Amino acid sequence: MNNTANLLLLLVVMLNFFILGSSRLGSNIRTIAIQGGMLSLLPVLAHGFSNHTVFLAVAAFLLKGIAIPYLLFRAVRQVHIGREIQPLFGYVPTLILGTLATAASFIFSDRLPLVAEHNLSLFVPVGLATLATGFLLLITRRKAINQVIGYLIFENGIFIFGMLLTEAMPLMVESGVLLDLLVAVFIMVIVMHQIKREFSTINIDQLTSLKE
Amino acid sequence: MKTTLLQLFLHLLLLFSLSPLLAGVIGKTKALFAGRIGPPFLQLYFDIWKLISKRLVLSRTTTWIFRVGPVTGLVVPVLAALLIPFGAIGAPISFNGDLIFFVYLFGLSRFFIASSALDTGSAFEGMGAVREVTYSCLAEPTILLSFIVLARLSGSLSLDAMFGQTLAASWHTAAPSLLLILACMFLVTLVENCRIPFDDPNTHLELTMIHEVMVLDHSGPDFGMILYGAAMKLFVLGALVVGLLVPDTTGNMALDILLFTVCMLVLAVLVGVVESTIARLRLIRIPQLLVGGMLLSFFSLILLLR
Repeated sequence: MNNTANLLLLLVVMLNFFILGSSRLGSNIRTIAIQGGMLSLLPVLAHGFSNHTVFLAVAAFLLKGIAIPYLLFRAVRQVHIGREIQPLFGYVPTLILGTLATAASFIFSDRLPLVAEHNLSLFVPVGLATLATGFLLLITRRKAINQVIGYLIFENGIFIFGMLLTEAMPLMVESGVLLDLLVAVFIMVIVMHQIKREFSTINIDQLTSLKE
Repeated sequence: MKTTLLQLFLHLLLLFSLSPLLAGVIGKTKALFAGRIGPPFLQLYFDIWKLISKRLVLSRTTTWIFRVGPVTGLVVPVLAALLIPFGAIGAPISFNGDLIFFVYLFGLSRFFIASSALDTGSAFEGMGAVREVTYSCLAEPTILLSFIVLARLSGSLSLDAMFGQTLAASWHTAAPSLLLILACMFLVTLVENCRIPFDDPNTHLELTMIHEVMVLDHSGPDFGMILYGAAMKLFVLGALVVGLLVPDTTGNMALDILLFTVCMLVLAVLVGVVESTIARLRLIRIPQLLVGGMLLSFFSLILLLR
């Protein structure tokens, strides 16, 4: 069972790399949907079947795997963009930085004083690596939609960390977090639409200068 | 002593007789996908035979370097094949550190083929040489990192031991790393043999082609040598992929050889399927994919070392 969880986490890392190296928004959104869907299996895989974990898994799947990607696809259609034209950094440098960050998080998590049962599991390093990937996307991409995707990956990283605590964390807190996420994406999509209508672009570096 | 001689004989027999067949299988697979009958399985044997019995035409601008390229292109894959095991048949030559020798043997043949392309003085061939060298220098770290992972797993620096008995046990302990390495090796096999998605081996008139453009001026026996050498290179690198994926041996020599042969043919079918289903990448995307492969092998090393 733990092996399946580890395999899933490795796939998550692969998807991180894929998103860092790909320019198409459509495939990025699809990847984030797959990543979210896979992560939603984690509570069941890591802690076995119980009402708590099954509810969490189903809720996470509906939100991360279906609802949020649907919203993002709609946003892409509305603002008519297909790909990131000019990222702040090239794709290859971003990919190299992402791999270095992943390697660093694997080495760093070995140094952490973890509980014995988490010592060799991949939860901590993959969580850290996913957080780093989210950061990198937020820093390097210009399009607002890619920023939203960076934010979602960031949240996925936190979700992986949260898995270690599922036993301890009350259900209300987790469903609250998931709901917050949905609302946040909802608002971002609406805001993006508004920005597009006002300024006819969603390049974030053009939003820094004030207009009369 | 007797067994090693038998090994050597079987090794070379497999290499010399089977390698052109792989190209035939790839061609048939592609033809099947396209709904054609396609050339016969033995087409490459006929081609090589035809080329060998032709006369050699040499351009006046070329020097002796032009003749060296095809010879190294033929000899190097044979030497490299002697360093790796084919299924259960162990490597005839094996010494500590031969993994570096293996990688740089291919570097040697690349150097001479690229030089012989430059020797013709044709701008077109020079362009192909530049591309070939660029892509291989991006693929080289990938294969070296993969070898380092295997060396770490087996605790030995010779290819024979790295692909030997310990590999089957390693699949139980370090499966994720090995899976990543397998993907990287397949990628390297495709790029080193100029297959789709990196280069289209069928084109002869496109500005984006790489390997084929380097050998445009070679003719007759020289071109035959290049074709045969390329087929053997595919066989050698494919044998690495197969050796990685199927490390188990049955114990029976004849069965093992059969298993290895079938696996090689399946690999050829797989390459054919990849070529039929994927389009060639744009030229600027290729380094990106190669760097991606390099990072993947690096990541698998980290995964192993933690």
